[in-house]
Amino acid sequence: MTPEDGSMPTLVDTTTNVIDVTTDVGLPLTGNEVPDSPALEEEPERERELVFELRDLEVKYSGHTAVREVDLDIAAQEITAFIGPSGCGKTTVLRCLNRMHDLTPGAEVIGQVNYHGESLYGSKVDAAEVRRRIGMVFQKPNPFPKTIFDNVAYGPKLNGRKRSELSEIVERALTRAALWDEVKDKLKNSGLSLSGGQQQRLCIARALAVEPDVVLMDEPCSALDPIATARIEDLMEELKSEFTIVIVTHNMQQAARTSDRTAFFTAEVDDQGKRVGRLVEYDVTEKLFTAPADARTEGYITGRFG
Amino acid sequence: MPPPGGPQLTTPRPRSRRRKVSNVVATGVIALTFLIALVPLVFLVIYVVQQGSKVISWSFLTDDLPFVDRLPGGGMGPAVVGTLLITGAAAVMAIPLGVLGGIYLNEYGGTRPLARLIRFLAEVMTGVPSIVMGLFIYTLVVLNTKEKTGFAGALALACLMLPIVIRTTDQMLSLVPGELREGSYALGSRRVRTIRTVVLPNAAAGIVSGALIAVARAAGETAPLLFTIGIVRETNTSLFHGQNTALSVQIFSNATSPFVPAQDRAWGAALTLIVIVFLFTIMARLVTAFFARRQAA
Repeated sequence: MTPEDGSMPTLVDTTTNVIDVTTDVGLPLTGNEVPDSPALEEEPERERELVFELRDLEVKYSGHTAVREVDLDIAAQEITAFIGPSGCGKTTVLRCLNRMHDLTPGAEVIGQVNYHGESLYGSKVDAAEVRRRIGMVFQKPNPFPKTIFDNVAYGPKLNGRKRSELSEIVERALTRAALWDEVKDKLKNSGLSLSGGQQQRLCIARALAVEPDVVLMDEPCSALDPIATARIEDLMEELKSEFTIVIVTHNMQQAARTSDRTAFFTAEVDDQGKRVGRLVEYDVTEKLFTAPADARTEGYITGRFG
Repeated sequence: MPPPGGPQLTTPRPRSRRRKVSNVVATGVIALTFLIALVPLVFLVIYVVQQGSKVISWSFLTDDLPFVDRLPGGGMGPAVVGTLLITGAAAVMAIPLGVLGGIYLNEYGGTRPLARLIRFLAEVMTGVPSIVMGLFIYTLVVLNTKEKTGFAGALALACLMLPIVIRTTDQMLSLVPGELREGSYALGSRRVRTIRTVVLPNAAAGIVSGALIAVARAAGETAPLLFTIGIVRETNTSLFHGQNTALSVQIFSNATSPFVPAQDRAWGAALTLIVIVFLFTIMARLVTAFFARRQAA
């Protein structure tokens, strides 16, 4: 865990020359060019390339531990699902992965979160730079009250993409989010004029437009109807070849349908009578759902499946 | 058609009648109080228009003040110019400062001690009587520069406007949903950029109308100007040199005069001031509607 040895991909503040970052080594999807990740050409049996390594992670809100002792490896080009009952800390852990907790007053992240071998919480790491590579889709669709075009173009503009490039980037992102055909004639309409499912795909397009390496999804379908949910699940399957996806879901069927690996979290009452989230089991999805190693996992999944 | 023995969905009759009666009574009382609240407003507008229209004319709006109070004639030109100039200068000082202050409070300060102190002081400042603001600027500025100027008056009005602008900005920004900020941060946006491109456009309508309400309030203030701007009979377009006058001050001095022509001029000035404030309010509405439409588009 020695991130600052110079050879690592840099996440430190690069405000002075944002584009330069992309010429650096290591990350598959950071550049201006079309992201043809070399990893795609490799056989499926390749060794799992780790994107995230979480070691003894603990998160506190205003001094109270919300989740502790999380050890987890998340691999590239896989869909990793976090499941568990409410209050088990799955969203909390997800938000550690792109330093979203920086914005929550009183939140404190302890332990190690490595991203491609580099500590995300290192003193020189720039959180904004982290979030450009690790995108996020939220539980509630949250398009900006701007036009559809401007919603998608927001991220690329941040990265200093030229105005002339934008329409191409926007079309690509909307196409990848399976929304292009529905909105191509009304790009000047407000993003808020879309239906809930469309808004969520717009938010996915917005996240994809910055060419992230990872997409974090925090219960992206919980506000959507089954048809919209199915569309987003199909979409995740397609995006998996290009992006690493981590999804938090309440819906176990969704985890079972979409993910390659599943982490089951639960909340336990500690000796001081406080509820603390813990990672119980983390395995290949099929194994976790058919032959769980832990009795608590089995209890949870069978309790729901009946 | 409820099944036999099913849930009873109709309320027993007597209770239902009592509800109907209380509903009618409550609605009536609310309508009545609304009408009562309208009475002074309507009366005021009608009376001011009636009295003011007697003297109002283009020359009333542009002519210099008369030399002799008790004779009819003369106009309010210097006061119209003074009001626009002084209020404008106050707005230029107070609005940017207040908006930036509000941004600090909501986006940076949060619940930090400094932010809480500023919020508390802004609240206290809103409650300070306007005449005290006038005295404050009088002792601080007028006594030191040895001159009453429009600028001193503008400073006093700015002191009045500042807390209003700070508080409305703070409140409007706090209404912007946190999810929008998170959405922006999640794309790698920094705080300044997020505030500029997501938060402020979202709150713009509220901030603009809050600022214009503050302007309208300041335009009607008399007390802070009494000791700070002095008096002129001819239009003074300089904020920094020489004394000035304003409509509110003219209303005060003319209305307290024993001479009927002066009192008529006071009514004329009052009507002029009401129209100016009304125009500001309409502008506030238009700007708010413009921003709302742009967001909905």
